[in-house]
Amino acid sequence: MSSLRPDQAGWLMASAAITLAPHTPHLPLALSAICALLLAWRGILVHGDRALPHRALLMVLAATIIAIVLVEFHHLFGKEPGIALLAGLLSLKLLETRSVRDGRAVVLLCFFMQLGQFLYQQNMAVAALAFIGAITTVASLLALQGFAEPPRARALAAARLILQGLPLMLVLFVLFPRVQGPLWGLPADAYNRVGGLSDSMAPGDFARLGESGAIAFRARFEGDPPPPAERYWRGPVLTRFDGHTWRSGPLRSSEQPAYRPQGIAYPYTLTLEAHNNHWLLALDFPAATPGLRFTDDYQLLAREPVQNRQRVTLLSYPHTPVGVEETAFNLRAALALPPGFNPRTRELGQRLRAEAKNPADIPDLAIAHFRQSRLNYTLEPLPLGRDDVDSFLFDTKQGFCEHFAAAFVVTLRAAGIPARVVTGYQGGEINPVDGTLIIRQSDAHAWTEAWLPGRGWIRIDPTAASAPQRIENGLAAALPDSTRLPFMLRADLAWLHGLRNRLDALNNSWNQWVLGYNPARQKELLGGLGFGQPDWQTLTALMGGGSLIVMGALTLWALRRRSSADAIDRSWALLCRRLASIGLPRDAWEGPLDYAHRLARQRPDLAETLTALATDYARLRYGPATADPLQSRRFHHSIKNFRPR
Amino acid sequence: MLLWNHYPLNLPLKKARAMPIHTAHRLTDAASRIILGKEHAVRLALACILARGHLLIEDIPGVGKTTLAHVLARLLGLQFQRIQFTSDMLPADIVGVSVFDQREGAFRFHPGPVFAQLVLADEINRATPRAQSALLEAMEEHQISAEGRTWPLPEPFFVIATQNPADQIGTFPLPESQLDRFLMRISLGYPDRAAERALLAGDDRREILARLPTELKPGELDALFAATRAVHVGPRLLDYVQALLAHSREGAGFAVGLSPRAGLGLLASARAWALMAGRDHVLPEDVQAVLPAVAGHRLRAADETPLPPERLVCRLIEAVALP
Repeated sequence: MSSLRPDQAGWLMASAAITLAPHTPHLPLALSAICALLLAWRGILVHGDRALPHRALLMVLAATIIAIVLVEFHHLFGKEPGIALLAGLLSLKLLETRSVRDGRAVVLLCFFMQLGQFLYQQNMAVAALAFIGAITTVASLLALQGFAEPPRARALAAARLILQGLPLMLVLFVLFPRVQGPLWGLPADAYNRVGGLSDSMAPGDFARLGESGAIAFRARFEGDPPPPAERYWRGPVLTRFDGHTWRSGPLRSSEQPAYRPQGIAYPYTLTLEAHNNHWLLALDFPAATPGLRFTDDYQLLAREPVQNRQRVTLLSYPHTPVGVEETAFNLRAALALPPGFNPRTRELGQRLRAEAKNPADIPDLAIAHFRQSRLNYTLEPLPLGRDDVDSFLFDTKQGFCEHFAAAFVVTLRAAGIPARVVTGYQGGEINPVDGTLIIRQSDAHAWTEAWLPGRGWIRIDPTAASAPQRIENGLAAALPDSTRLPFMLRADLAWLHGLRNRLDALNNSWNQWVLGYNPARQKELLGGLGFGQPDWQTLTALMGGGSLIVMGALTLWALRRRSSADAIDRSWALLCRRLASIGLPRDAWEGPLDYAHRLARQRPDLAETLTALATDYARLRYGPATADPLQSRRFHHSIKNFRPR
Repeated sequence: MLLWNHYPLNLPLKKARAMPIHTAHRLTDAASRIILGKEHAVRLALACILARGHLLIEDIPGVGKTTLAHVLARLLGLQFQRIQFTSDMLPADIVGVSVFDQREGAFRFHPGPVFAQLVLADEINRATPRAQSALLEAMEEHQISAEGRTWPLPEPFFVIATQNPADQIGTFPLPESQLDRFLMRISLGYPDRAAERALLAGDDRREILARLPTELKPGELDALFAATRAVHVGPRLLDYVQALLAHSREGAGFAVGLSPRAGLGLLASARAWALMAGRDHVLPEDVQAVLPAVAGHRLRAADETPLPPERLVCRLIEAVALP
């Protein structure tokens, strides 16, 4: 068993460092520090050509690492403690890596830890890091195998190996039979960090979302998207109000919507980011879609909570009249106000009711009143009192969309008009790079619906009354210039904006085609390639065949490369075989010219040709390289035609 | 003689005559007119010079060893000194001696006969090891250390040593470590019948030698050295040379293999041989041609009964297939 050369140790350390670095964000700080120290220590030992530490010391270090993991996670099993333990063990293993065999163990650990990165995140950056890690680790494996080589050449060789593996990887990725959902359940903590809408609304909720640049979903329209003023993406509908918080009413759902779609239709595909809830954010009002359900307040629901990024293809009819024949139960729920809250607003509602000649005018009167009140649209509203609608409408006069919506609904209800808050997203931004509409958390919005006899539910957006630009141009345009805006919303960073658009288009394709490559996508792709609807047997056969073709192509390529270099030798060997068959064999040690010379004396009739051929061979084989394929072809040709007897 | 290369035939005569191949031919032709019937040995000796190595000529007295050295010095236009080695010789007789100068009141160094471009060390094995080593040090370092100072030797610097076979009485055979410093060892042997006849019938060699003109113009020797170094050695040939070296070290039948210095010398000699054959690249044949001279004095058989060196080298050549 041979000990490690410095270059081997160096490659192993580089692999370990590149593998461990991306893990530092989710490792305990103390453990990261220990790993870094252990790596540095090994580096110093290699540099100074000194002996590795004693086994007892390593035992103590291992115990320390286990103690840190126990203190931090309270147990040793599961994703996070497991990864933390492995990180510590990888650094320790380097310190006892004496032989090539130990080196292989390090390589294996490195590969495993690179896979471990994907337990946390699966975006392109992680994939790129894992790719770099894989190249380094393959280089380590090469270093363990062969002689010392310059690092550049070694890294290039490793990259070449990985590139040769890529076609096979593609075949397996595209053709491996897919199952719905992940193969094994990820630990529950994978979903708890998802932000977004919720099924309740209290003052301040939306302003917080307004500062988040995270993407809520993307929509790709076939054909032109609807104008910005019609881009209302319906989420939870909130009917119940307890004086402070709005909540959704009792949900009754069916597979058919309670309306008949009419008017212009917009077909589009939604790609929802995970939000861990059932609702889908459809443009009003979607037609029936297999697998999806509709509530009687027109929310679109998925059967399962959206825990992974999900694609839905929908058809929406924005001009559909809805709820003309609304049930009395629902109308009663949309009129309820908790007693003892917001007396001033109730009074305003009753006044409007009295002023109105026709109840259908009440919403317009309310909007007019809102306008006259000079309400301000701001991301940073002042704190409100117990009766928050009252204090918004009459005292602070500063609010975000949820304040406007809540106040409007309370006013209408007080005036006897059934009304409710609708939450969701409004607007979105077209990415010029790939034409998708991107809707971010900052596009979250709350608006209202009022029910008028004979007309059904109509959408009224009270925010538009005070800040119409919010609806037309987005949040940033609507806010006064003095407001501290989220970094990404600032208009003067146009180049940054462009860069983000480009990155986002890239991310979108990654999500669509790599992470979101599910059975449906696979069927779609293979259907497009003319395989119809393949079952898993067909897929397996395709995968086997594809792998064989790729392997065959790679083998052929390798053989061809070798043979083109050896074409001259093969021609010469052919000549020698032919001469041997007529009793003039060449000795293994005999040079071409000597051979020709010797034969020339035995067979003067062949002398001229043989001398010429031998001279050509000697020059082609041993002379300065001439990249002239013609010469070698001519040489081959003349040998083929030379048939001595 | 067969020429393998294809240099352009429309070259002007003057230019063509200046080509290294022609210079080399002029030299061998001129030498062979005096050293009769020994063309191969003459070419080896010239190749040794072109490869910038020292030459050991081993043979019985009277076959023309000294004459060959003389001829080479004359043809190449090198400044020549001859040292006759004897058993009572001291190092100072070779490198020089410091003598007290009465007028200046100081020691003055009087350079010895080694201060020449081509030194003929005649019958080197007659001298004691002490005297031998003085010359051998000069061969390796190309400088002389005496009286606490070093004096560089002229460039180029060649030693052609002759020695009688070791079985003669009153000789000190060179140890292997010192034999290794000679790039080649050749022997001349008796001339064949025709050559001997011509020798007997012809003029006195010494007179011819005295009339012999210098073949090379100034700078031509340097051009020859440069041309030798420029001869191409391909990876396949390096494979072959490495296989030869490896077999001499690990193969059965060899007690002492070829040193890295021997490997370098082998390549340099093969380059010179290829140049003299008119090629711009080295072939295995070139290596095989110079191998007996380069490896003969370095290899030692593992057998109890010693093989003659030529047989040993043949065994090496025949054991290694061309890659």
